[in-house]
Amino acid sequence: MLKLFVKMIATGVITEEPPDEATSAALGAELKRGLNRYFRGSIAIRHVDAGSCNACELEIHALSNPFYNVERYGVHFVASPRHADVLLVTGPVSRHMEAALRRTWEAMPHPKWVIASGDCACDGGEFGASYASCGAVDNIIPVDLRIPGCPPAPTDLLSGLLQLMQTPYVEE
Amino acid sequence: MADTEIQSFVNACATANIPVGEPDSYVLPPAVVIPVSAPFWQRAARVAQGCGLRWCSFWASPVDESYELFCVLEKSGDYLVLRTRTGKEEPLPSQAPIYPAADRLERHAHDLLGIEFVDAPDSRRWTRHQAWKEHEFPLRPDFIESLSQRGKTAADADYPFVRARGRGVVEIPVGPVHAGTIEPGHFRFQAVGETVLNLEERLGYVHKGIEKLAVGREPDSLVRLAGRVSGDSTVSHSWAACQALERATAFEVPPRALCLRAIMAERERVANHLGDIGAICNDVGFAFGQYQLTRLKETFVRTSHTIFGHRFMMDRVVPGGVSCDIDSAQITSMVQEAKGLTREAAEIVSMLEHSESLEDRLMTTGRLTPEQADQLGVVGYVGRASGRGVDVRHDRPYAPYDRLKFAVPVYRAGDVAARAKIRADEIGTSLDLLCQLLQSVPEGPVKESFPDVKIACEGLGIVEGWRGEILTYVQLDKDGTVTRFFPRDPSWLLWPALELLVQDNIVPDFPVCNKSVNASYSGHDL
Repeated sequence: MLKLFVKMIATGVITEEPPDEATSAALGAELKRGLNRYFRGSIAIRHVDAGSCNACELEIHALSNPFYNVERYGVHFVASPRHADVLLVTGPVSRHMEAALRRTWEAMPHPKWVIASGDCACDGGEFGASYASCGAVDNIIPVDLRIPGCPPAPTDLLSGLLQLMQTPYVEE
Repeated sequence: MADTEIQSFVNACATANIPVGEPDSYVLPPAVVIPVSAPFWQRAARVAQGCGLRWCSFWASPVDESYELFCVLEKSGDYLVLRTRTGKEEPLPSQAPIYPAADRLERHAHDLLGIEFVDAPDSRRWTRHQAWKEHEFPLRPDFIESLSQRGKTAADADYPFVRARGRGVVEIPVGPVHAGTIEPGHFRFQAVGETVLNLEERLGYVHKGIEKLAVGREPDSLVRLAGRVSGDSTVSHSWAACQALERATAFEVPPRALCLRAIMAERERVANHLGDIGAICNDVGFAFGQYQLTRLKETFVRTSHTIFGHRFMMDRVVPGGVSCDIDSAQITSMVQEAKGLTREAAEIVSMLEHSESLEDRLMTTGRLTPEQADQLGVVGYVGRASGRGVDVRHDRPYAPYDRLKFAVPVYRAGDVAARAKIRADEIGTSLDLLCQLLQSVPEGPVKESFPDVKIACEGLGIVEGWRGEILTYVQLDKDGTVTRFFPRDPSWLLWPALELLVQDNIVPDFPVCNKSVNASYSGHDL
C-alpha cells in the first residue's frame, strides 16, 4: 500500500501540464467558459458507435485519460440518452445500427445536439454508402457539427466541442 | 515436402479412405494446399482433428456458377489449406460438429453467399439482420444494390435466442448500445439471481460490407480498407493484407520496411495492452491502475504520432513497404522510451499484483479452462492464458521475427487475472523486441514500387496482431484488381470463448470478463 501512495505522489497531478499544453489546456479553458455561458457549467454526452472501426472510440476514451481529463471542464459521458444534451456519433451508420441510432436520438430530451465524429460519420469515409451502410450520420438524423479526422485526435474532439458552444441553437 | 504435420494428415486421410489431391506448397505459401472433394469436407475435418490440427478459418469465393471453399488448419506452425468446389445449389457438409469454431464463419458464409450446409448444429442467421432479405446474398456477383429507394432499416427484433426456463430464471437483454463508450453488440443473459446461467451473443451490428467493398479495389486502396477492419489493430491488419498481396506476387519487401513494420506492430501491441490492463482495473473500480496505465499509453501513442505521423500509425504499412522512415535520433529516443517504459510498467504491474482487492476481483473470475480453449481453438492472449501457446511470430516466424529472440508466456489458470498477466508479460517482451529491432534497423529503401499484376493470383497473410493470429486471404485478377478479400480477425475465435467463460459468474462481473477478452466487434462483423 505504501508503494502505491509513493507512486501516486511521485506521479503527481499530470493533468494541468500535458506535453502539448499550449493547445489542449487553452482549448479546455475556452471550452469551460462556453459551457458556463451556454450550458450552466456542464454538458452530458451519449456516444453511439454506428459502425465505426473502433479507432474513433479509442480517441474518445483518451479524452478521459489523466492528460485530457475532460470531466474537469464539465463534460460527462452518460449511459442513458435521457440524460444527454449531445449525441456523439461515430461510424458510417451501418444499416444494422440504423434503428438503434434513431431510437437513441428520439429518446433524448430537447434541446439536443448531434456531433458526427470522424470521417465516416461526416461523409461515409472509407466505407461510404452501400448495401450495408448509410454513408453519413446526417442521412439518418440531423447533424449540428462535424469533426473530421481518421480518427479525430483528442484535441480535435476538444476543439469540436468548443465549436459547438459557439454555434447558436436552432430549434427544429 | 518438409512439413511433417501435413504429411501425417495426408497419411491419415489415406487410412480413412478419404481421397485428397496432390499437396501444393507453391500456390498459397507458407501454407500447403490440399484439394478435397466436397462430399468429404466434414470427414477430412474429422481426420484433421484426429491429427491434432487447429482449425483457423473458413471462407468461400464465388467463381462463375460455383463456389471455391477454403478451410485453414495449423499445427506446430505448419499451415494447411483444404480447398474444394461446390455447385451453386450443392450443399456442403458442415465442419462445425467437429470444430465448434467453424459455426459462425459457416453461418457468415451462408448469409453473404448463400452456401447451404448439411449437418450444421445451428442454422440460424448470423451476420444478416434486416438490411437484406433471406434469399439475397450480397457477395454474389448478381446481387443488386439499390441505394436510392430503400426505406428505414428495421431493428432486428425476432432473432430466436436460446431461452432458459424454470423458477427464478430471468432474461437480461443488453445492447446494442451499451452504457459506456464501446462498440455495439447484443448480449442476452439467462440468469438466476446474480448468477449467469447462459450468455448468448448477437453480433453483426457494425457490418459494413468490407468484403464487398474490397472487390474491384487496387492493392493500395485495399490496404487502406484493411487498416480499418479493426481500428485498434490497424498496423497488423494492414500488414496481413500487404503480406497476402506480396506473397501473391512473389514480391520481395525491402528489409528496412519489414523492420519498420515490426516496430510499428510492437508499438501497437504495447499501446493496446497498456490501455486494456488499465481498463480492466477500471472495471473493478481500481482507479490507480487505470490512471497510471492510461497515462503510459497516452505518452506512448504521442511518440508514435511524433515519429510516424499518426497516433495509431494508420496507413503507414503500404504494399511494397512502409510510407514513413526513421532517423538515428528517433531510433535513440525510441530505445530510451522503451527502456524507461519497461521499468515503469514493471513497477506498476508489481503493485497491481500485490493489491489484494484486485486479486479478489480478478482471480478465478471468468475462467476458460485449457480443455475449453482447446475445443474452441482459441488464439492470442486468451489462448495463452488457458494453456495454448499459439503465436505466429514464434511458430511460423515471418521476417523480421525470424531473426529475433523472445519467449511466449503461457499460463493455465485461464481467469481474468491470467489474461491480464499475459498481457503485462507481453508488454515486457514487446519492449525488448522493440529494442532488438531498433538496434538493428537495416539500411536501404523503405518501399519498392509494387509490381503490376499480369496474371490472376492469390495470397495468404498470417500475422500475429496484438489480439492474436490474423489470417488474410487476397485474390487478384489479371488486371491487378481485388476479386476476393477475407481478413479473419482473431475475434472470430475469441467471441465464442466469452460465452463459455462468463457462465457461473455474476452478471456485474460481465464487463470485466468482456474487457479481459476484448474481442473486436468491427473485426468480426466486417
